[in-house]
Amino acid sequence: MSKTAFDAALIVRWMTVSAAAVDREAGRLTELDAAIGDADHGSNMQRGFTAVVKALETEPPATPGAVLITAGRQLISTVGGASGPLYGTLLRRSGKGLGEAPQVTAEELRAGLQAGVEAVARLGGAAPGDKTMLDALAPGVEALAVSFDAAAEAAERGALATVPMLARKGRASYLGERSIGHQDPGATSSALLFAALAEVAK
Amino acid sequence: MSAANEPVAGGAGLVGIVLVSHSGPVAESVAELAVGLAGGGAEAPIAAAGGTPDGGFGTSAELIAEAARRVDRGAGVALLADLGSAVLTVKALIAEGDELPGSAQLVDAPFVEGAVAAVVTASAGADLTAVAAAAEEAYGYRKE
Repeated sequence: MSKTAFDAALIVRWMTVSAAAVDREAGRLTELDAAIGDADHGSNMQRGFTAVVKALETEPPATPGAVLITAGRQLISTVGGASGPLYGTLLRRSGKGLGEAPQVTAEELRAGLQAGVEAVARLGGAAPGDKTMLDALAPGVEALAVSFDAAAEAAERGALATVPMLARKGRASYLGERSIGHQDPGATSSALLFAALAEVAK
Repeated sequence: MSAANEPVAGGAGLVGIVLVSHSGPVAESVAELAVGLAGGGAEAPIAAAGGTPDGGFGTSAELIAEAARRVDRGAGVALLADLGSAVLTVKALIAEGDELPGSAQLVDAPFVEGAVAAVVTASAGADLTAVAAAAEEAYGYRKE
């Protein structure tokens, strides 16, 4: 696993690279959501991450944990759809897990994110296989034990693996069988976060 | 804005109720309905937190927190939510710890029936546990 030490600036960079990825892929996320959701995932995530970047610029937090807590709070407040509380909880709980250390190791970051992913599973009552963001988050966090690149690949594979799944949570679950054959937008955006993390961890 | 958006006058010491919907008009209308069906005894403060601040469909953490503060009389706040993100946002706000009054509770209840039961019970002076229980019981009234 990477020997990189993560300070607040590096976590801020993770958030800004994530925001750029969300911005770039917003159209695709909304297209995916149009097939099985309410066609707003891209614009919701864009609004949320724009607020995250602005908040981090205005008042840069001093620790990695505080960066994630600030980012999570912005997502809960501004997204307007289910991805707000879910991503907000992911980042906040991960940030709380990091405590107040000015720097964290890759292993500590992995453990924090693990706690965040578990909190998302509890909040949404979902498990891997339900065709949700957890299908990218769970394998991504697991592969973090190997490397950041492995985590990005595992999350991307996890997102692709949602295509044949039957949705059991959220609005897509109302579609039943018709949810099959479409990639889950939440898993797709989750894979973007892991790709961004791998990019900044290099 | 309709009367439902404003807390009912009085309500000191009573449990407050917040109705969280994806739609502003739905939240306000259900609040009006609940107050109307509770009859003359409806004194519990109730506030609607529906849709996004710009009037669209969705959930606004800001509107929810504001509504909860508005109906808080120190006896607890019961929040009822309709769908997906409304439920998740309330849960996430409660988990935040400092966004809602300390006694705020998400009530697991059907939206319309639960709102009526909650308003009637809260207006009778019941505590938060009893208000939540009454709203949850609304799941038991089958329609066939």
